[in-house]
Amino acid sequence: MLTVTNLKTCYGKIEALKGISLTVNEGEIVTLIGANGAGKSTTLKTLSGQLVPTAGSIEFEGVKIAGLPAHKVTQKGIIQVPEGRRIFSRMTVLENLDMGAYLRSDKEGIKADLEHVFELFPRLRERLAQKGGTLSGGEQQMLAMGRALMANPRLLMLDEPSMGLAPVVVETIFEIIEKLNQDGITILLVEQNANLALSIADRGYVLETGQMKLTGTGEELLANEDVRKAYLGEG
Amino acid sequence: MTADVIIQQLVNGVTLGGMYALIALGYTLVYGILLMINFAHSEMFMGGAYVGLGMLLLLTSKSFPAHAFFTGSAFGILVLYVIVFAVAAIAIGILGMVIERVAYRPLRHAPRLAPLISAIGVSIFLQNAALLWIDSKAIPFPRVFPVTPLVTFAGASVNSLQILIVATSLILLFVLDTFISRTRVGKAMRATSQDREAAGLMGIDINYVISLAFFIGPALGAVAGVFHGMYYGAVVFSMGFIPGIKSFTAAVLGGIGNLRGAMLGGFLLGIVESLAAGFLSTGYKDVVAFIILILVLIFRPGGLLGESVVEKV
Repeated sequence: MLTVTNLKTCYGKIEALKGISLTVNEGEIVTLIGANGAGKSTTLKTLSGQLVPTAGSIEFEGVKIAGLPAHKVTQKGIIQVPEGRRIFSRMTVLENLDMGAYLRSDKEGIKADLEHVFELFPRLRERLAQKGGTLSGGEQQMLAMGRALMANPRLLMLDEPSMGLAPVVVETIFEIIEKLNQDGITILLVEQNANLALSIADRGYVLETGQMKLTGTGEELLANEDVRKAYLGEG
Repeated sequence: MTADVIIQQLVNGVTLGGMYALIALGYTLVYGILLMINFAHSEMFMGGAYVGLGMLLLLTSKSFPAHAFFTGSAFGILVLYVIVFAVAAIAIGILGMVIERVAYRPLRHAPRLAPLISAIGVSIFLQNAALLWIDSKAIPFPRVFPVTPLVTFAGASVNSLQILIVATSLILLFVLDTFISRTRVGKAMRATSQDREAAGLMGIDINYVISLAFFIGPALGAVAGVFHGMYYGAVVFSMGFIPGIKSFTAAVLGGIGNLRGAMLGGFLLGIVESLAAGFLSTGYKDVVAFIILILVLIFRPGGLLGESVVEKV
């Protein structure tokens, strides 16, 4: 579904991605783990068109998308839930969800998806008319995910969905990620909480200072000595 | 000062306020999306006055085939003014988009001071272009319809031009407000002003939204410019500066980035200024306007309708 080959991205003169390659197959949950500053968010931002790569290729369903602006990438069916939620704080919950469906015109489909979002996140229905900025962190994460789902994504990219949330909320969020995957949405998940991410992922990649260091199934990486030492706080 | 003078000054103030509100919207719209003060906006106002004047002179000149229609009947005059305003608004709207493309977009990722200086450069350029290529002296703005007192109450009179200015301003403000709060593209503009990157992830074409803001703002400014020319009876290359700064004050007074704030600020400033002119002397009206700017910046930098939503991160 998604094939990334030898991707390089720079911030000015600093090369944040030094030629990474990864693939995501349809129906998978793939996770990208790594320490702070390893280039995880940079990878997602490059995939979603917020950053322009200096070299390498990104292919989504056979179409080259490297260098396309963000709104064009969204049109292809790749939706990113950005780090820190980035909801529209002065718009209501409903308006936020509407913005997710910005590119769609199928009224019936939008309505059905809105219902689906409310089933997944009943809290959002209760807060429909509230301004996004007044929600709690967990509710904002739910809104950010709901908003992304309104775009009817085929590939959903989540950047640090657990950041700053209470453990019980994190659990809910991850259950929903698994459920979305079962419903047919392919997931690319970036997480600092490697343990949790690997436990739900089919496959994982370990990113270290802009380079891919390791790859394997979720179980393999969970069992890997180096991963346990470096990212799971053991040893 | 007697009651009739106060009422008369209120009427004048509301008229002036309508013009300030139209210009202030342009500042606030652009600021809301790019966090940048478009200092060239006052020249959109000036440019609009020139384009409007040019159209008026062209359509009513003896050598123009249909001039008799445009000056002959009330209907003809109405059509004339619709054309004059539409051409001024569209031409200056396009100019605004071109300026953004040429002078601001290349600096989008530059430090915030850079586009600000570029805007001042554009302002100086346009003023001098008007001075060199059009005229250094004021050009009279012809009166096509008689400006007569239509309503008289409590010793104050409201003339036809004042009614036209206030009514048109209110209609345009209402249309813009509805557009921004109800339509899909309007919502996209609000989303972009709140979080540009997240808006891009929603599939919103950010450059389109920015271009649109740079069309709407200057178009409204141009309408105000034509009104100004009609109201004061003259157009000159330097006419944009003072109303521009006053409208910027109005935008700050209402809460920069807030559209309804800009409208409120515009009318408030117009009224306060006119009352000051009546109570003190006309020489004090600018002093009062800028004292307001300084007081707002000191005591309520967010403006009257500044954002009050508690934002959690």
